[in-house]
Amino acid sequence: MGGTDAHGTGEWVLLSYRMPREPSSPRIALWRKLKRLGVAQLSDGLVALPADARTREHLEWLADEALEAGGTAAIWIARPAALAQERELAALMAEARAVEYRGVLDAAAAAAELPEVERAAAVRRLRAELHRIDRRDYFPPPERDRARRAVADLQGQSASEAVGS
Amino acid sequence: MRWATRAGVHIDRAACIWLIRRAVDPDAEFVFVADPADVPEEATAFDMRGVDLGHQGGDCTFETILRRYDLTDPVLWRLAATVHEADLDDERFDVPEAHGIDIALRALSMVCDDEQTIEHTRPLFDGLYEYYRRSTLLGREPA
Repeated sequence: MGGTDAHGTGEWVLLSYRMPREPSSPRIALWRKLKRLGVAQLSDGLVALPADARTREHLEWLADEALEAGGTAAIWIARPAALAQERELAALMAEARAVEYRGVLDAAAAAAELPEVERAAAVRRLRAELHRIDRRDYFPPPERDRARRAVADLQGQSASEAVGS
Repeated sequence: MRWATRAGVHIDRAACIWLIRRAVDPDAEFVFVADPADVPEEATAFDMRGVDLGHQGGDCTFETILRRYDLTDPVLWRLAATVHEADLDDERFDVPEAHGIDIALRALSMVCDDEQTIEHTRPLFDGLYEYYRRSTLLGREPA
């Protein structure tokens, strides 16, 4: 992750872009990829991620994709001017992930009632989902550990029943 | 021939360098640059923004090189699925080992410079090629 300055704010990588309205499929494809990366939407056509080699590279490839689709795009390295502004951004991103982790928690609770085979399938699916969320989780909320524990407990429940049978 | 790519190699670039040496240009020389503007004039740039040998249509650079140089070896394409998932993690392929290989490369790049990373990953990619070759022949995981 980028260094912090005297005000304590870190480096962010920004992608500013504009895509043609039609055809809509490249625009939607780009939007899905940005969502998958867990970007913070700063305003229309401006998204941000905490800067590191990986986040910068991902946004750079997406900038190229926007250009190829006939749009415009630019990559910026920036610092929030105030710590409060950065905290607000981080809190918004953490809350977006917390919603996803709560989805995992609900699914794990529902799966606890399932028969053994289906429960094992749910464990695999939820682990994959946790991995996906983890990859775009830059400011882990408390829900992360709860969701991990819930999936581990679900797995433990399957394992102990397998031993008992 | 000279080839240029971005400094700070990870999975896609390390695998591309191995691939270029193995299947495209055995005498390849590599230059690592910080900025696209620093690419030497006579060098072929890859895995950088705005160049042909980059991410194209959802492919990672390793896959783009296979396509551009008409490399149809199914074992290289199997390796390409691993590189793709390690680099992009978009679940286009089901490759459980990709995540571990990505971590191994990141870990290596924390304690090695680019030259060393390339040096150390060469036998890894040689080995993965052999592993996938055997598993293709056997139709199951080799011992």
